[in-house]
Amino acid sequence: MSDAHTHPNYIKIWYWLLVLLAISVVGPMFEIPALTIITAFGIAIVKSYLVAAYFMHLKFEKAIIWFLLTLSIILLGVFFFGTAPDLMMTEGDQWIDCIADKSCVEQRL
Amino acid sequence: MHGPIATHRRATGIPTGRLAVWWLLASEIFIFGGLVTCFLLFKLNGSPGFEDAALTSVTAGAINTFVLLTSSLSIVLAHAAIENGDRVKTFRYIWYTIGGGLIFLGIKTYEYTGKIVHGHVITENLFWSFYYTMTGLHALHVIGGMVIMALISFDIRKGYNFQRVELIGIYWHFVDLVWIFLFPLLYIANF
Repeated sequence: MSDAHTHPNYIKIWYWLLVLLAISVVGPMFEIPALTIITAFGIAIVKSYLVAAYFMHLKFEKAIIWFLLTLSIILLGVFFFGTAPDLMMTEGDQWIDCIADKSCVEQRL
Repeated sequence: MHGPIATHRRATGIPTGRLAVWWLLASEIFIFGGLVTCFLLFKLNGSPGFEDAALTSVTAGAINTFVLLTSSLSIVLAHAAIENGDRVKTFRYIWYTIGGGLIFLGIKTYEYTGKIVHGHVITENLFWSFYYTMTGLHALHVIGGMVIMALISFDIRKGYNFQRVELIGIYWHFVDLVWIFLFPLLYIANF
């Protein structure tokens, strides 16, 4: 069983999660892409923090778990930023956009 | 001391069972995170097909988010109840959570059927490949969690392995957490 700590008010956190869900649904109705990104993904990050910190008790967990999870997310970032240039930066002498010029299809790459 | 070693062994200061669940979740971050990363790479690169996100039902996705958030509440209440030694309440909350999982799967099945009959199958384009792979893998995690919860609920009724309520709770919250990100990716961001 979990180490001794006071249980937070779970119902209150659930209410907040529902409010945030409502905002993430209403946000795109304004049809402003920047606002949609904030209300969809920004709110998703806040919601995931509330779930992780209070429902998963990460707020009361030992530092080693924070380290483990942060390391996983950093490695995921390495995966993204390590491969993104290969796919997206196709300008310059060293890059060939083989999808656009269809040469990779001919080379069966 | 009686009971499984995972209950009371604390080499790191954390019960081994709970540490194992966190390790599992760290590996799950790569499974779902890898998929989400690839999805973003293709979407940001302007690959064709991603505009089909406009065809998914925001209402169905939002209802499913509500259902999962609520089931997360019920499993954390089960955890609080077992810490107070209330086995009856714990059993009930676990089954509320399983019920939430069933509603979630029901809505997902309805959505899948609607899409498939309109020809949006997994091979149609990259968006639908990601849609079915990510939501399908997520649904498998929901099913797995429900089965484990059912087994744990019977243990609770018999009066043992109380610590497992917290462990399955942490797993279930993670399943909820994954959906929190899948919802905006697959349902809202249709630009």
